[in-house]
Amino acid sequence: MSVDTVDTPAPRPRGPGARRARGGSSWTAFAMRRFAGLVGTVVTAVVVTFLIVPLIPGDPAVSAAGPDATVRQIEAARAELGLDRPVFERFADYVGGLLQGDLGHSFSLNAPVADIVASRLPFTAGLSFLALLVVLVVAVPLGMAVSALTRGGRRGKLDAAFNYTTAFVAAIPPYVMATLLVLLFAVTLQLLPPAYTRSQPGVSMLLPALALSIPSICLISRVVRRETAVVLEQDYLRTARGWRLGTLRTATRYALPNVLTSTLTLSGIILVGMLGGAISVETVFSWPGLGLGVVNAVATKDYPLVQGIVLVLAVVSALMTMAVDILLGIVDPRVRGDHDG
Amino acid sequence: MADQAAVRPGRLRWNPPLVVGTVLLALTGVTVVIASLTLRGTAEGLSADTAQPVSAAHWLGTDDFGRDLLARALVGAQASLVMALAATAISMIAGVLIGTAIWTAPRRLREVALRIVEITVSYPELLIAVVIAAILGAGRWQLVVAVALANIPATARLTANLSGAIHQRDFVTTARLTGVPRRALISRHLLPNMAEPLLIQLAASFSTGLVAMSALSFVGLGVQTPDYDLGRLLADGLPSIYSRPLEVVGPTLLILLLSIGAMLVGDGLAAAADPRLARRPAGRAAVTTRPRSAEPVPESQQSEQQSESSAPVVVRDLVVRRADGTSLVHGLSFEINRGEILGVVGESGSGKSLTALSMARLLPDGLTAEASALRTGETDLLGRPSRRELADAVAMIYQDPGTTFNPALRLGAQLTEVLRVHRGKSTVEARTIITDLLAGVHITDPERLMRSRPYELSGGMRQRAMIAAALAAEPALLIADEPTTALDVTVAAGILRELARIRDETDTATLFISHDLGVVEELCDRVLVMKDGVIVEELSREALRAGDVSSPYTRMLLESVPRLSGHGAVRR
Repeated sequence: MSVDTVDTPAPRPRGPGARRARGGSSWTAFAMRRFAGLVGTVVTAVVVTFLIVPLIPGDPAVSAAGPDATVRQIEAARAELGLDRPVFERFADYVGGLLQGDLGHSFSLNAPVADIVASRLPFTAGLSFLALLVVLVVAVPLGMAVSALTRGGRRGKLDAAFNYTTAFVAAIPPYVMATLLVLLFAVTLQLLPPAYTRSQPGVSMLLPALALSIPSICLISRVVRRETAVVLEQDYLRTARGWRLGTLRTATRYALPNVLTSTLTLSGIILVGMLGGAISVETVFSWPGLGLGVVNAVATKDYPLVQGIVLVLAVVSALMTMAVDILLGIVDPRVRGDHDG
Repeated sequence: MADQAAVRPGRLRWNPPLVVGTVLLALTGVTVVIASLTLRGTAEGLSADTAQPVSAAHWLGTDDFGRDLLARALVGAQASLVMALAATAISMIAGVLIGTAIWTAPRRLREVALRIVEITVSYPELLIAVVIAAILGAGRWQLVVAVALANIPATARLTANLSGAIHQRDFVTTARLTGVPRRALISRHLLPNMAEPLLIQLAASFSTGLVAMSALSFVGLGVQTPDYDLGRLLADGLPSIYSRPLEVVGPTLLILLLSIGAMLVGDGLAAAADPRLARRPAGRAAVTTRPRSAEPVPESQQSEQQSESSAPVVVRDLVVRRADGTSLVHGLSFEINRGEILGVVGESGSGKSLTALSMARLLPDGLTAEASALRTGETDLLGRPSRRELADAVAMIYQDPGTTFNPALRLGAQLTEVLRVHRGKSTVEARTIITDLLAGVHITDPERLMRSRPYELSGGMRQRAMIAAALAAEPALLIADEPTTALDVTVAAGILRELARIRDETDTATLFISHDLGVVEELCDRVLVMKDGVIVEELSREALRAGDVSSPYTRMLLESVPRLSGHGAVRR
């Protein structure tokens, strides 16, 4: 994901029939295609995470056991990683284990990876969900309002202010945003805790959620604004205005579905990017989620834990992409017939 | 992205974000390079001045080892900058090569490769970078490789898509047919046409690369102490953020300067490549400030004018102006009687549609209407009629039925909207009324039409549905703005018959706009001929049929009507 590619969506045909169904394709075919996409992504993730260990330069066992390890410890690590067996056998084991819900055993924490993931996943899920909620609740109305207010080149100052503010804020990396938020709310104002506190997880979730959502709000509201500007000039919106439904009803019933269609695709990419952002933001706030988990695992060369968490994060991002696609299919049935969208 | 390929390679168009971004990056870059050459000693040498506050000697104070924090931030920025440039170079070169290779591959291989690239793009970049960091371990070059690899898929996909799009364009087809060798095809046709989007991608790669790299160093997976870059410095400062918040200021500021600079350059390049996205020229931005309402005229004049006529539609001295004061319609006056279809003909730009839109109060932003009287039924269109009054007063049928309905909603929801909002009907009642109206305009299966979405119907069916929607409000005035122009002749004839029937059955006043005198002659009771915003002639149908016209312009229009036998479709 990048600011610029996201910010300049490929203009797609918007006229009716531009993405007309190819005939006979419907929910089942649509769901099948999306499911196939999910399977492809998950299979790739399985293969890639497996490859982490064989691809480590030198001897992974030495690297895993650490610089001061004895020969015995290195051999133990070698057995643990299964390096004494052929690659294909290990892969079969890896896949077999995954099918039974076994993600391996963490060296550093001496616990099943699946348990560690299960205990950390709710923290990342909760954080991402809150951030996502904030993003959608703020970005969509904001973008639509700015678009309506600046329609036809009116309110040039608002236009410029919105453009520059969102551009600047969107360029702030999440961990820098996190640091700035800590400086402001924890150090200066002393309103919110600067890190995860076990006693009040809800309150300590606010700052990380803000750090994750603010840059995304800026990106998505820019997209919404641009898409709304296009939709507002469409004939069907003039028709709706001709029916005198009032600004709010016209906006929510007639502009919103069309804005959503084009916005959701891009938002999906941005939201998956937020998962990446969680990796650094969780570190700032010592948030005990998967992001901080994978960072610690890499730092301690706990390869099974790295594999497990990366796999789960990849699957979660694939599920999010699929959820967005299905949402698209509900909002705009033309998408269902679109074989390559 | 693909259609950015349509942009012709050419001179770079400088715009404010591009200039500001370039200047920002250049200044920061030069400062950072100079600092890394001159300040390395201050940045890394230990001194006795530990944990100093801000002073003239140390602008941002010093850290626990007495190292100048500003110098450290600047030298660290140089490391980040060099690494980001290296990663960008690697990812761009590899991405373009892979993308081009995918495009030149045989079809099967190409599709598989594209799928893989798509899947890779769908993972968070930072996650890929973390995986690679896990494999390679921590350190400078590992960091560069990790971020470069993570950035490759996006560039590869862009290149492959661009190649595909350009490949289908005419000049490439021509080049291939004339036997231009593949290598020349790539270097002479493909790459120059991809230059602009790839340049934008370059800026994007740089900014995401810089951010991702600092993020990895920040979380401890990148550059390791005692080596440092911006991310490392920020992480080092974070634990002591309460006692010495200044320590995070330097690295934060430099990351922001660099990433905002890169973002502005990317935005600027995108705007330069696609003028549609560029800021509007000042001249146009000034056009639209006035409200979209018709301007009220003095009270006395208004009442005097209105008492004058009993016709349901009265227009007096209608002027439509641009915001800069130039008028497009210059003082039209006419009336429409009950059960009358008034035709307005004229070439495009003659002001017909503006007249109609003024009466519907739907003028585009930037245009204002003034009149001494503008009235439909009981509604004074110069005042502040409520939405409901407006809906009762005027309904419109538009030119292109292909675009007048919202493609995301079923027709039933759209057709019943007016009844539900303005008449307080329940959904069921509204559907019954609309079903009857649809049957009235000869839709054979109204129920099915209500369940359909606009793009599932033919143009004729959509236009009939539009008429039904217009009739639902039982408006005093029905405006049909070229309702048959987008339809083929037989379908158009059906629509015209409906309009004639509505006039006969409902007593509605209709304003029928067309550029086709033949159609107007068939349908309308009276005709206004417009040219350049004024009425040049008013004719009865009989006069028009007899060719009894006085204006040379009308005569010219009449003579341009092809007189073919097929035109009698609406003759009653």
